[in-house]
Amino acid sequence: MAVKVSMTVNGKSVSHEVEERTLLVSYIRETLRMTGTHVGCDTAQCGACTIHMNGRAVKSCNILAMQAEGASITTIEGVANADGTLHPMQAAFKEHHGLQCGFCTPGMVMSAIDLVKNFPDTTEQQIREQLDGNLCRCTGYHNIVKAIKAAAADPASAKAGV
Amino acid sequence: MNDNADPISFTTNHTTSVVGTPLRHDSAHLHVSGRAIYADDMRLPAGSLHAALGMSTIAHGRIKSMDLSAVRAAPGVVCVITAVDIPGHNSYGPILDDDPIFPEALVQFAGQPIFAVAATSTEAARRAARLARVEYEALPAILDIREALAQQSFVIPTQTLCRGDPRAALQGAAHRLQGSLTIGGQDHFYLEGQIAIAIPQEDGAMLVHSSTQHPTEVQHKVGEALGRHVHDVVVQCRRMGGGFGGKESQPALFACVAAILAAKTGHTVKLRTDRDADMIMTGKRHDFVSDYEVGFDERGRITALCVMLASRCGYSADLSGPVNDRTMFHVDNAYYLEHVEIVSHRCKTHTVSNTAFRGFGGPQGMMVIENIMDDIARTLGVDPLDVRKANYYGTSDRNVTPYLQPVEDNILDDITDQLERTSDYRARRSSIAAFNAASPIVKRGLALTPVKFGISFNATLYNQAGALVHIYTDGSVLVNHGGTEMGQGLFTKVAQVVAEELGLPLQRVRVSATDTSKVPNTSATAASSGSDLNGKAAQAAAITLRDRLVAFACAQYKLSATQVRFAADRVLLGEETRDFTQLVREAYAARISLSAAGYYRTPKIHYDRVSLTGRPFFYFSYGVAAAEVAVDTLTGETRLLRVDILHDVGTSLNPVLDIGQIEGGFLQGMGWLTSEELWWNPRGELKTHAPSTYKIPTARDWPAIANVHLVEGMPNREDTIYRSKAVGEPPLMLGISVFQAIRDAVASCGAGPLPSLPPLPAPATPEAVLLTLNRLAAGRAALVEVAS
Ligand code: FES
Ligand code: FES
Repeated sequence: MAVKVSMTVNGKSVSHEVEERTLLVSYIRETLRMTGTHVGCDTAQCGACTIHMNGRAVKSCNILAMQAEGASITTIEGVANADGTLHPMQAAFKEHHGLQCGFCTPGMVMSAIDLVKNFPDTTEQQIREQLDGNLCRCTGYHNIVKAIKAAAADPASAKAGV
Repeated sequence: MNDNADPISFTTNHTTSVVGTPLRHDSAHLHVSGRAIYADDMRLPAGSLHAALGMSTIAHGRIKSMDLSAVRAAPGVVCVITAVDIPGHNSYGPILDDDPIFPEALVQFAGQPIFAVAATSTEAARRAARLARVEYEALPAILDIREALAQQSFVIPTQTLCRGDPRAALQGAAHRLQGSLTIGGQDHFYLEGQIAIAIPQEDGAMLVHSSTQHPTEVQHKVGEALGRHVHDVVVQCRRMGGGFGGKESQPALFACVAAILAAKTGHTVKLRTDRDADMIMTGKRHDFVSDYEVGFDERGRITALCVMLASRCGYSADLSGPVNDRTMFHVDNAYYLEHVEIVSHRCKTHTVSNTAFRGFGGPQGMMVIENIMDDIARTLGVDPLDVRKANYYGTSDRNVTPYLQPVEDNILDDITDQLERTSDYRARRSSIAAFNAASPIVKRGLALTPVKFGISFNATLYNQAGALVHIYTDGSVLVNHGGTEMGQGLFTKVAQVVAEELGLPLQRVRVSATDTSKVPNTSATAASSGSDLNGKAAQAAAITLRDRLVAFACAQYKLSATQVRFAADRVLLGEETRDFTQLVREAYAARISLSAAGYYRTPKIHYDRVSLTGRPFFYFSYGVAAAEVAVDTLTGETRLLRVDILHDVGTSLNPVLDIGQIEGGFLQGMGWLTSEELWWNPRGELKTHAPSTYKIPTARDWPAIANVHLVEGMPNREDTIYRSKAVGEPPLMLGISVFQAIRDAVASCGAGPLPSLPPLPAPATPEAVLLTLNRLAAGRAALVEVAS
């Protein structure tokens, strides 16, 4: 059965008729055509599909679009400034080569932004523990952790919010 | 053009300005903002269909009947195909014709695709695929290597490599040991699963977007499956979300199915597997068993070695021939083996057909010899590092491999000495002994292991590459080459090479998606040779263009060739300089061609498949790693505490990318040997088919202390692209140090020589470690009993 869902995505109100069982990630990728949110495992384990829902990082492959009714959603496409300048976390991933194939990167960046928001004075140990739900098969994580540490220390991060 | 390059400075012709600098990945700005486009992100034309595969439910048997009426009747279903619907050749095997797209009758592994559905949505296709009613006549299935050996079940004939007289030398050896080792396989777990999109074109042609390391092979297989010529098919790939060898021969299956459905329906068809299906139906790293007997002297130097290798190839040959050849060629690793026999069985089992995976069989060969080194050391009661060093290849003597290639570029002694010092190996060895003496539950272990890895495709013919470089009249440059981008940074490196040759900043150079209609007859991006081959081909094209511009400038301005130089976006013409763009426009107006193809073939290599001898490798890459682990002897859990790595990339084309490859390769190797366990049930069903049960390393597995460095000041002795070395595969084998460190920690729980150190299987999961510790304790109890 089709249902109507309405939510705010990256600051814009959106509203569509979708099948009840439509996953939030499918809604974002297929209906909204925003493909920066990736699907790596389909089962809530790899973190490639991580987005922010009402300010918290969640795995969008494990949530129905219906469950996001009325929510405020931010995807990777929504974290840079309107003028295209990168969010400090994005800039840090780029600068520290915290990516190779890039498939895990959007999810990593979304998790990392949430992590730094919750733990502003985060330690390496804490980053590694908090990042447990985001898999990367390419990098060895070293540069990813380096990037997050650098972004956490960057005064611009506090201002960027998200 | 990309906005991602760091600025460069003016230089002379004597040093490089773009090559060798730590430039970021050319897609970094796209990746961090979600704007990089993978196959699954492409916009599809209206009316596109989505496909799913139906899988067999038994490991071995004949299909008696297949009732697909419920599948056809399911909502959204547009088309269903089986073997009889394949218009051309029913095979996607890369070497032999034993990989049917769909079997006609004989099913050979649980999860084998037997039909496909195209529907209006992915969900509809996947739901429908579950509705098939298939009846089988079950046949006995061979599910493991020992059983295959007992039944002499092989996909291709056994190979033997022998030098000297190992049997006689064993008889005469001062010490002899026998041992066995089991080595597990590994799933690639590329984050982006297998995917193909087929878009019908006019007059029977087909455009395929495939996440593939081997677009040419996909092109050929799709052409054959459709019963068309190769020129009817175009395959494109801008990037993969990881490959690791799993997208060398495997993508052809998905591309063929999508293309057959597209040809039949006239619609675009996308086939994306979900993670579970991907893990069930795609090949993995070969698991092995090995039995060996080794003879050695008082110092631990090997005087004779007989090794039996047997691998699980699965139901078909796929790439198992060359994979197992490479295993044989890496049993020596860094060590001179004077009298040696290596027997390699390529076992046929009723499981998924195993395939290429970073290292391509080499890592398994190295695991065997590294285990033997450890055995010898424990038997003699000496430090394993000293045994390793005693066996290293020499530089002027003791330097010929079992396959008769002399090792001409040996830097093992240098880099080992350096790492031994910088990692403080000896002092830590004693402090670990002291720690273990005082710590009854947690034990530490340390190991320093080397890697020597041969670079080139074993099959000489694949060592060739092409590239196409265009200069446009605004001074921008477009490069296309036969290599594929899977995150390793190949596109960045090739762009660096072209920018360097034309004296341009990197921003001027764009690399476009790999495309079989631009550069034909390419080899897989594999064997670590992506930048060696494609970098050289692109360089050749760039030099051709530069030479044309020089010739034009000489004629136009009455200069000699030495007076024309390209640097920092400008051209020096005698005393004057000009914008690169300006010269390009002048050349265009004078009707000079601004497009060139480049071609490269690796020199010096040759290899005789019958005698298994020759010079299969252009050169060797080296590396050393020292790993320290802690093992909880109550739970069997292990943790990597520290790693020191020194790795050889010759003169690095890009140190940031190279170190990234080393770190990622090391952790992937460690995952293979510690946490990644593939498990099939007695019915032959793979039960570890998702990250819930198959554990790749997470951020927590990287050690608290990691010192990763490139070997400095040692350019490749061979004339490779700017004297660099390949970096894709070799670092994976640095992970062997972690396994050997775990073995070291386990050994500290035993007393005395080897009979009390039972074999530790790989992967050294907590269960495997506990089992070994229990055996060790039982053995020690038995010894005590005998003594009393
Ligand atoms: S796709 Fe959602 S967690 Fe993997
Ligand atoms: S960069 Fe490839 S999975 Fe993380």
